[in-house]
Amino acid sequence: MTLLRAATRPRFLVSAWPWRGIAYTTTTAVAAGLLWLALAAPVAPLALAVAVLRAGRWAGGSVAGAAALGLLGVGLLALVGPRLALAVAGVERWRLRLADDAPAPARHRGGLYTDPATWRAVAYLVLLGVAAPVWLGALALVGLLVASTPVAVHHRVAIMDSTGNVAGRAALGLLLVPILLYLAAALGGAHAALARQLLCGEPDPASAELVEVTRSRARLADAFDAERHRIERDLHDIAQQRLASLTMQLGLAKLDLPAGSPAADAVGSAHEQAKALMVELRDLIRGISPRTLRELGLRAAVEELAAASPLRVRVDADPGRFAPAVETVAYATVSEALANAVKHAGAGEVTVTVRTVGRRPGGPGGPGGPGGPGGVGLPGLRPGGGNGDGSSGLRPGGRGSDGSSGLRLGGRGGGRPGGRRLAVEVRDDGRGGADPARGSGLTGLADRAAAAGGRLLISSPPGGPTILRVELPCAS
Amino acid sequence: MRVVIAEDSVLFREGLAGLLARFGFDVVAAVGDAGALVAAVGETAPDLVVTDVRMPPGFTDEGLRAAVALRAAHPGLAVVALSQYVQHSYAGELLGSGAGRAIGYLLKDRVADVAEFAGMLRRVAEGGTVVDPEVVRQLMLRGRDPLARLSAREREVLALLAEGHSNAAIARTIGLTEAGVVKHIGSLLAKLGLPVNDDTNRRVLAVLTYLRSQQ
Repeated sequence: MTLLRAATRPRFLVSAWPWRGIAYTTTTAVAAGLLWLALAAPVAPLALAVAVLRAGRWAGGSVAGAAALGLLGVGLLALVGPRLALAVAGVERWRLRLADDAPAPARHRGGLYTDPATWRAVAYLVLLGVAAPVWLGALALVGLLVASTPVAVHHRVAIMDSTGNVAGRAALGLLLVPILLYLAAALGGAHAALARQLLCGEPDPASAELVEVTRSRARLADAFDAERHRIERDLHDIAQQRLASLTMQLGLAKLDLPAGSPAADAVGSAHEQAKALMVELRDLIRGISPRTLRELGLRAAVEELAAASPLRVRVDADPGRFAPAVETVAYATVSEALANAVKHAGAGEVTVTVRTVGRRPGGPGGPGGPGGPGGVGLPGLRPGGGNGDGSSGLRPGGRGSDGSSGLRLGGRGGGRPGGRRLAVEVRDDGRGGADPARGSGLTGLADRAAAAGGRLLISSPPGGPTILRVELPCAS
Repeated sequence: MRVVIAEDSVLFREGLAGLLARFGFDVVAAVGDAGALVAAVGETAPDLVVTDVRMPPGFTDEGLRAAVALRAAHPGLAVVALSQYVQHSYAGELLGSGAGRAIGYLLKDRVADVAEFAGMLRRVAEGGTVVDPEVVRQLMLRGRDPLARLSAREREVLALLAEGHSNAAIARTIGLTEAGVVKHIGSLLAKLGLPVNDDTNRRVLAVLTYLRSQQ
């Protein structure tokens, strides 16, 4: 919201904006005055030179003196002007918050004289020094008129007996007050808009690029998921049906062959292979794109993972559907964690919790530091933000601070602060010591979490337990 | 025995029809989607319906929906649903229809063992209940279940019970006397907190009720 835009709103007069407009206008007057004070030193020789020229009637000596004075003035201006302009620009950007809610990043980047930003600041100096006094003067006139009305009324009451005249005057004064406020807002707002044009940089191009890269990464991840679904569908519709059919035919053929004959043995072997292939193909397809996840959601899919795992797995999951990308990453996390619990951790029991968590209560740590002495971050991945909602025993970096292996992989600093998030946590009772550097599984998960705007946290001190937690922004 | 087959893959449908004909079933209709299935059952009044869970147009659970609707409209109609995957929610819903009688939920893999598959279909058509061994296996793996209290032998017996086998068949399969099987069944039903009953189907129903409660 800017002062100019606020002035076009119906509730402008009852908002804080008129006051901000007046404050901006007043401080503009102060700034212009101070500017002229600061400019006195470089401008004085120039003014003197002009005076000498006018008085000297082109005498040789006076021309030389005026030229020297002029050179001095120009030199001083060249020396002081840009520096003064940049200093003023800093003050003006700070003052801009009175008239403009948007952040006002600095524009200056290069050398003093080579950066175009310097010369735009100098241009602003002219605006503040020359144009601002003009509009401030016009405003002051109206202000004077408004201020003088009650005085005039008082005066008239003393010398006139017409109540109508007095009322008319008072009404005029009251009418002029809003006009003054609007005028101040319009002139101040226009000045602020020009100041923004001249003094403020665009949003950092690098950060704009990062936003685009982040979006493009999310699009890529989505496209990747869509492609997986397509492959899964094709495998299911074509390969799986044909294989089932083939296996069935082999089964039938086996019935008609005399037991113990070479043909029966060969067909029997083919039949067994086909049956094994059916199981393998089904597992393969489930790994590519879990159908239950798409059709029935995260809880059902996680419960099936749990059922298929050789470990005792407790599932405590909220029902509800989330964006496909979020469900896919959450599911992949549980799947990977369960596989690791079997393969590496030697765990006996695993607990999976799936929760949506709300606004984080600004928990301790704020933008948490890196994972403590034992913390390991992956190259290219920044550690996540502050402490989560603290719903579990996992404190990002907390385990790292006691020297044990606290590992954290992150996406963007903790996702969008304050938004609803889906938090999935997998805790096993295994031997711990998971190291993301030793396998691509966890790194890949962290990447996928980051692409979905979330983060992945791991705590796996030697001796266990291993806790894997993924937090993903979700709308529901 | 009159059978209607619903399966969208032509190859698999024809194969299934051939298999059933080979084992003496009378395939009166073989259709490719849920709407045609409902129509075919209305026209041919079959004894048994074998349907794919996932069919056009949505390719999610159309066959299952049709099966549940058919069982509501035709009490006593035997239905076997074939699924590519174990999906507990679907299995539970199907097994809950029609008090769990004359119902089967099988993975498509089971068709590979053609004779066993035909046997399972026959048991369902006779009013039995057949749950895919994989479903039973997965449910047994759940650590929090009272199933965890069962001995290995009792689990084995329970799995065979769930497939609708008789005491004699179970005894043959695992090499016990029939009296031994009865003893195991009594003990596992007691551990599951279910009333002991001699009727095979009642026992399977009780097991299924228990399995469904795990959804």
